[in-house]
Amino acid sequence: MLSKFDQDFGTPSVDSAKQVTLQIDGMSVTVPAGTSIMRAAAGAGVSVPKLCATDAIEPFGSCRLCLVEIEGRKGYPASCTTQCDEGMVVRTQTGKLADLRRGVMELYISDHPLDCLTCSANGNCELQDMAGVVGLREVRYGYEGANHTKAKKDESNPYFTYDPSKCIVCSRCVRACEEVQGTFALTIEGRGFDSRVAASQNEKFLDSECVSCGACVQACPTATLTEKSIIQFGQPERSVVTTCAYCGVGCSFRAEMQGNRVVRMVPNKNGQANHGHSCVKGRFAWGYATHKDRITKPMIREKISDAWREVSWDEALQYAAGKFKSIQAKYGRDSVGGITSSRCTNEETYLVQKLVRAVFGNNNVDTCARVCHSPTGYGLKTTLGESAGTQHFDSVEHADVIMVIGANPTDGHPVFASAMKRRLRGNDKGQRPGAKLIVVDPRVIDLVRTPHVQADYHLQLRPGTNVAVINALAHVVVTEGLVNEAFVKERCETAEFDKWREFVSRPYNSPEAMEPVTGVPAAKLREAARLYATGGNAAIYYGLGVTEHSQGSTMVIGIANLAMATGNIGRLGVGVNPLRGQNNVQGACDMGSFPHELPGYRHISDGKTRALFEQAWSVKLLDEPGLRIPNMFEASLDGSFRGLYVQGEDVLQSDPNTHHVQAALEALECLVVQDLFLNETAKYAHVFLPGSSFLEKNGTFTNAERRISPVRKVMPALAGKEDWEVTQALANAMGYPMNYKHPREIMAEIALLTPTFHGVSYEKLDKLGSIQWPCNEAHPIGTPVMHIDQFVRGKGKFVVTEYVPTDEKVTRKFPLLMTTGRILSQYNVGAQTRRTANVVWHPEDRVEIHPHDAEERGIKDGDWVGITSRAGETVLHATVTERVQPGVVYTTFHFPESGANVITTDNSDWATNCPEYKVTAVQLVRVSQPSEWQKQYKAFSERQADLLEQRVARQS
Amino acid sequence: MNIEHLVKMANQIEAFFKAQTNPDLAVDGIADHIKRFWDPRMRKQIKAHVAAGGAGLDAMTVEAIKRLG
Ligand code: SF4
Ligand code: SF4
Ligand code: SF4
Ligand code: FES
Repeated sequence: MLSKFDQDFGTPSVDSAKQVTLQIDGMSVTVPAGTSIMRAAAGAGVSVPKLCATDAIEPFGSCRLCLVEIEGRKGYPASCTTQCDEGMVVRTQTGKLADLRRGVMELYISDHPLDCLTCSANGNCELQDMAGVVGLREVRYGYEGANHTKAKKDESNPYFTYDPSKCIVCSRCVRACEEVQGTFALTIEGRGFDSRVAASQNEKFLDSECVSCGACVQACPTATLTEKSIIQFGQPERSVVTTCAYCGVGCSFRAEMQGNRVVRMVPNKNGQANHGHSCVKGRFAWGYATHKDRITKPMIREKISDAWREVSWDEALQYAAGKFKSIQAKYGRDSVGGITSSRCTNEETYLVQKLVRAVFGNNNVDTCARVCHSPTGYGLKTTLGESAGTQHFDSVEHADVIMVIGANPTDGHPVFASAMKRRLRGNDKGQRPGAKLIVVDPRVIDLVRTPHVQADYHLQLRPGTNVAVINALAHVVVTEGLVNEAFVKERCETAEFDKWREFVSRPYNSPEAMEPVTGVPAAKLREAARLYATGGNAAIYYGLGVTEHSQGSTMVIGIANLAMATGNIGRLGVGVNPLRGQNNVQGACDMGSFPHELPGYRHISDGKTRALFEQAWSVKLLDEPGLRIPNMFEASLDGSFRGLYVQGEDVLQSDPNTHHVQAALEALECLVVQDLFLNETAKYAHVFLPGSSFLEKNGTFTNAERRISPVRKVMPALAGKEDWEVTQALANAMGYPMNYKHPREIMAEIALLTPTFHGVSYEKLDKLGSIQWPCNEAHPIGTPVMHIDQFVRGKGKFVVTEYVPTDEKVTRKFPLLMTTGRILSQYNVGAQTRRTANVVWHPEDRVEIHPHDAEERGIKDGDWVGITSRAGETVLHATVTERVQPGVVYTTFHFPESGANVITTDNSDWATNCPEYKVTAVQLVRVSQPSEWQKQYKAFSERQADLLEQRVARQS
Repeated sequence: MNIEHLVKMANQIEAFFKAQTNPDLAVDGIADHIKRFWDPRMRKQIKAHVAAGGAGLDAMTVEAIKRLG
């Protein structure tokens, strides 16, 4: 069902410069040409009865309830499918229309159970409303005849129920699945009276193609498709607009509430990133927030072999502060540091880096973006001048060619993938053909072939050869005369361009020369390059398959070079777009989480900027870069780094080479972890500070398109403090006063000190809904598309990108390349999604292997296989599939016991130390039991669970 | 810190800047990168390593580290 806190206009809005004026029930109404009568009427406050129309999908005209009379036209046209014309005179309420509508409703109701009082949709059912609106008083046909009121429910999906007895066959669900989500899982089976909605080939929802996005549930006007939470709790009484805390799409949601309880999350129609759509995680997987594993009391312990002891906030903070101070007294100022979280708000992240710089007095602060998108920051800053994607999501609507490199949007960024697929399918009416698609990925991701979408070129490269491919693409552009010379001349540094042109033209960069390295057929690569350069607006979207390599930064630079050379930057429909993994990766980077940069990407050695912060914070700042996460681990092992404050991250599970991370954490004298759960890292902690979920705090997140969106508190913090309050209290305990009363004051400080944020404030966010930075004097309401007239750095800079093969090479001992990725239903380390019903889709991490490689090793689908690399060994179940090419295996990393990172190595990006997750040389063998590491880790985890179980409760 | 890791990181940086045509600028690029992104204890250690012969380091990297001052 739709949100009752939103108005439904019946049909989608229309973008047209031409306006038409007509009369509706005597009122003069002006709307963009192409608008339906239904929508025009709704805008003027006239609701035309309707059932099969809703504004998320195109009208269909099947229920015949929305009939109107138009002067000079015969019959009773449907207002949902009839467009407004200049001078039209429309009547929506006449005696004849009322009779017709009652007749329609009578038929519907004669095949509908009359249990409205106990129905889950009671209070928000469009069928019920329409019966009321048309004044239905009797149903002459009786219920004795054939009907569907006894049809059986499908409860297979963990989050929603399908109750066919209530279905009115309006097909809103079918169309939502096609148009909004793009999965095409639903059909109307059967004809006439027998017709019913069916998932895939009459399968249960859970077994079908359905990805559980919930678009159909939202579109359904009756109780047929209903959230189980609504069935359990009933209808909401209030709603609060907030932002999803999962991925970098940053969908806007209405949290629909009863008191302090969330009864459902509904994507917000006015959300500028998602326009009313969501995926299974944001809409359904929020139960972790009240999961029994939440730890709500601060705890401390002397050694990690001790049982935990619950203490007051005050005691925990004093204890942590005391430890940090004594470590610094003994080992020096630089011996402690902090890690901020891409899952926390901007304000929280800002405070953690402020704590490190102003209170710890060093720059040892880093964020988990280190391990995902730090190369994006480096690469885009070097070439374009700003460490961020160039476009807003809606820009994809204007693309003619879409190139997806090392990203898997349908799994990683599902709502943006839906928008992308819509553009790839083109306009149904055939007026606008779909955009062309180039996929550069070692694996056959869903986007390569999905209903009504087929990649024009899939360049299935060998893992680790990205730079070779991008150079070959550039080679074709340059040597075949496809450079946009005018753009380059006007917008870029000529000397640097000339150097680059000469470099990529070298014969060894040609597709033919690179083919043996990349495995991509040269002819295909040439065609793809031509398409990108000449196919109209060409946009690049990329993900961690680009950044998480030893040449991650080089590849980002290579992408920017290619976009500049073809003039595909600085307007709608083009650009270079990093798809950020976690909700606030962009924000965490913006907020100065990196050890070498103050907020707004200003280097710590820049005296003028430092002076600004020194004055605002009343301290002297260190002018040297601090340790990055991998450096912290190394420094911990050599004893020069002894204390670490980790907010909302799980470095043990997410960072490469687990053995190494374990040893580094174990060597720390004081590890303070602030989190919702006792995560893997916290098993090594001495102080545990309970965190708050996104439902329990105020703040902002910044998504992949630089969009700052509000996070709003809908329930009290379970542990009594929001995360920013904890950091503030820790600063105070260390003797540095912080006195923010609300995150709005923190944002005010950020805005004051950061030129790209000068114009951002909570008041403006309330007014505009969200803001894309830069937002300042020059761009008072934000910036959807960057680099329009000139690059942020002035002239665009081409940089030579030599391909350097990674050290991680296949050998006889390790003949396969392993690469990693993610899956729709799980999120990152899985701490949240593993604690929801999403595990039905992905109960474990598995390793994918090509049938050929599997056969050679006697591995069958479902077998236990041992995966060994130079770093370690783990055991997973195998999935034998042609999605991966021979020689390549693939796994996800959502479960700690999988130990995917036991096998990943210390290799990292040359510029940023972003780990090379995407390439590890491995061998696979069939085995019968878990690996030694898994057994040890299991024992350790059980021991830690006991120590938690045996915690000494606080007397109070 | 593990000196082998630092040596490897430094050489990786060299591999990038070496491709920028002018060798002198490349050395500057390496030095600048290390200065901007490495914490002082890492720089101290790699400098000491160079002073002790710089085993494993590529030529331009050695030059760049000497320029760190
Ligand atoms: S939940 Fe989404 S994918 Fe599944 S049937 Fe509904 S609209 Fe389609
Ligand atoms: S399930 Fe709901 S949306 Fe789909 S046809 Fe039936 S009533 Fe309409
Ligand atoms: S996980 Fe991402 S795509 Fe899904 S609802 Fe949240 S922000 Fe949107
Ligand atoms: S709403 Fe127009 S025909 Fe159903």
